[in-house]
Amino acid sequence: MAVSKKSSEDLVNVQVDGHWIRVPKGTRMIEACKQAAAEVPHYCYHPKLTSPGNCRMCLVEMGMPPRPTPGEEAELDAEGHAKINWMPRPVIACANTVAEGMGIRTQSLLAKECRQGVMEFLLINHPLDCPICDQAGECTLQEYSVEHGNGQSRFLESKVKKPKNVDIGPRIRLDDERCVLCSRCVRFSKEVVDDDVLGFVDRGSHNTLAVHPDRKLENNYSLNTVDICPVGALTSNDFRFKMRVWFMRETKSLCTGCARGCNTLIGSREGKIYRQGPRENNKVNSAWMCDSGRMEYHRLEDPARLTDPMIKRGRTHNVVDWTEAICRAAKDLSRFKGDELAIIASGGMTNEELYLTRTLAESLEAGVVDVVKRSGSGDDYLSHSDKNPNVNGARKILKLRSPGSRLKLIHAGIAEGKIKALLVLGEDLLDIGFSEEELGGLKCMVLVHMIANPTAKMSTVVLPGAGYAEKRGSMINATGRLQRLNKAIDSPGLSREDWEILQGLNRAVDGKDEVTELVDVFGEMTSAVSIFKGLSFAGIGDLGVDVMDTGESVPLLEREAKRVRDGLIVG
Amino acid sequence: MEIPKELEKSADDAIGHYPPEEKRSAALPLLHLVQQEFGFINDDAISWVADKLAVEPIKILELVTFYPGFRQKAPGEYHIRVCRTLSCAMAGCHKTMEKICEIAGIDRSKVSHHDPIAVSSDGKFSIEFAECLASCGTGPVCLVGDDFHEEVKPENAKALLQQYK
Repeated sequence: MAVSKKSSEDLVNVQVDGHWIRVPKGTRMIEACKQAAAEVPHYCYHPKLTSPGNCRMCLVEMGMPPRPTPGEEAELDAEGHAKINWMPRPVIACANTVAEGMGIRTQSLLAKECRQGVMEFLLINHPLDCPICDQAGECTLQEYSVEHGNGQSRFLESKVKKPKNVDIGPRIRLDDERCVLCSRCVRFSKEVVDDDVLGFVDRGSHNTLAVHPDRKLENNYSLNTVDICPVGALTSNDFRFKMRVWFMRETKSLCTGCARGCNTLIGSREGKIYRQGPRENNKVNSAWMCDSGRMEYHRLEDPARLTDPMIKRGRTHNVVDWTEAICRAAKDLSRFKGDELAIIASGGMTNEELYLTRTLAESLEAGVVDVVKRSGSGDDYLSHSDKNPNVNGARKILKLRSPGSRLKLIHAGIAEGKIKALLVLGEDLLDIGFSEEELGGLKCMVLVHMIANPTAKMSTVVLPGAGYAEKRGSMINATGRLQRLNKAIDSPGLSREDWEILQGLNRAVDGKDEVTELVDVFGEMTSAVSIFKGLSFAGIGDLGVDVMDTGESVPLLEREAKRVRDGLIVG
Repeated sequence: MEIPKELEKSADDAIGHYPPEEKRSAALPLLHLVQQEFGFINDDAISWVADKLAVEPIKILELVTFYPGFRQKAPGEYHIRVCRTLSCAMAGCHKTMEKICEIAGIDRSKVSHHDPIAVSSDGKFSIEFAECLASCGTGPVCLVGDDFHEEVKPENAKALLQQYK
């Protein structure tokens, strides 16, 4: 017997392609279809932006149950839902919300014809330059052409010419002929970063995306427009013409440019990174990241990268093998105890590296351990004023109440001649207020770093480490979220992941003979550091877990949440 | 660009018609005022309007380039707009256009979608095609400044221009 399904207060019944599902009230039709695994093609719709409904690609057939004659019951279908009267005209799925008893057809003849029509119009003036277009392979126009377009063009007239290779900002090029006028970039600039510099000039088929001649798209979030551009109209100067997208391997990782810890996708091929972009995480960076963060990977291409372990003999550094370098470093450091030895670690190190630093400091009985503070300018969006990605990890693991405050003890210790040996991890001391004179007085200085910096020149043992995209590990961002770094490429030459180097030093000092993996280090840490209790490395997942309450929030996420509450965006 | 006090005042009046948070709504009225004052809307004027309404200049440039009624270049002393929509086209407006250009000494060979206005060498007349001027029964029709003229056949062109000597 058919039973009439009453909608509960927050859920409504919607039929998508013949199947009934229940979705929350106020859900956009396009999102309801997504939940029912029915793909609705679209260009202008983006869940993080308002829906102007201008591309018309998401047209679907829609129907509602008729209002029954007074005194009569509604006619029910076999499943007990009111029968749907289909509307003769299609509606856009992106800007309309569902209603109780609504029916949506995404695969009907009408819907298919609409898509075909939209595709035909879009391709009328679109150049056929896919072979040299950077978007090829990740272009929705290309994808939808295959799926919803026509095999042949009926257009015999000449195409409208529009500006090409337009310099609209320091990091972006615009090809107006490729633009499908979806306005995502215009809305992103206005709604998310409050920099309303993009607009459409002219009309009809001459309609053109432009910046005012006196203005540029140069805010620190401009490259997000390249990501959300569904076609190859906006391309990144940094990436264009460098690599076909289908050749790249994408690695889920983190940006280490500041304490925000934006989730990223790193695109690499054969040991070289070609681009880094945001990966959606609604607890951290929404779907965005800053331009300066994207460019962080260029640091790994520093011509002064260290590739071999080295020991200083006299005035020169000689290349040695790892065993010799580690043994020498361990031996040298072990000669000094307590106040004679200090360790300067970095807020850019992973939790695992910091933990191994802690165990090493314990075995060596180092007098002072601290990290270096690195402040810069943050903004009201994502960029954080703390330019170290993992100071919270350093706080918890190295038990630092006020990171950076003990550096003055180290200065004083060296001046008094009390400190005779330094272990420096991932920092350039000459860049943070130490002088050559000061360091010259040390008996021993061991450095783990990826670049041959001035500190390396003064160090007695230099151990080449890896950059952030060349290693695995975890970090805790400004809001206290534990997240994972993943290895996209190998570090150059014989350099090693820093945790392996530190593990080597630990073993050389404590004399134990154990083989460990990174996950084992994390495992050890879960019993030694209370905030990691009960966690596993794999359990951190791609999106991280909250482990601390720092009392901080992300300004951009708060504004986004408000726009969701106001019904302006889906979120 | 020098903004006369009068214009500044009428602009402020126009802005006053809208709620302060919806200032942007005064964009079109302001652009009309500017064009009435100077005959066209140049880059400086676009920036001035944008500043007045606290929006980015691109938002004003969008409007100026969207509406064919707004000009970005100086017209002649008298600006002629010849209707070219269906009824007037059938009634021979293209011939009228040719004749007017011939008499007034206007060269339209450089005219394009982005630069629709041609000006006579003496600067007296300028001309462009316009879309429907809403007098389909009496085509070809045209506007000279704000004056409306009907049945402007090629042979009437001379008489038309003489009115504006």
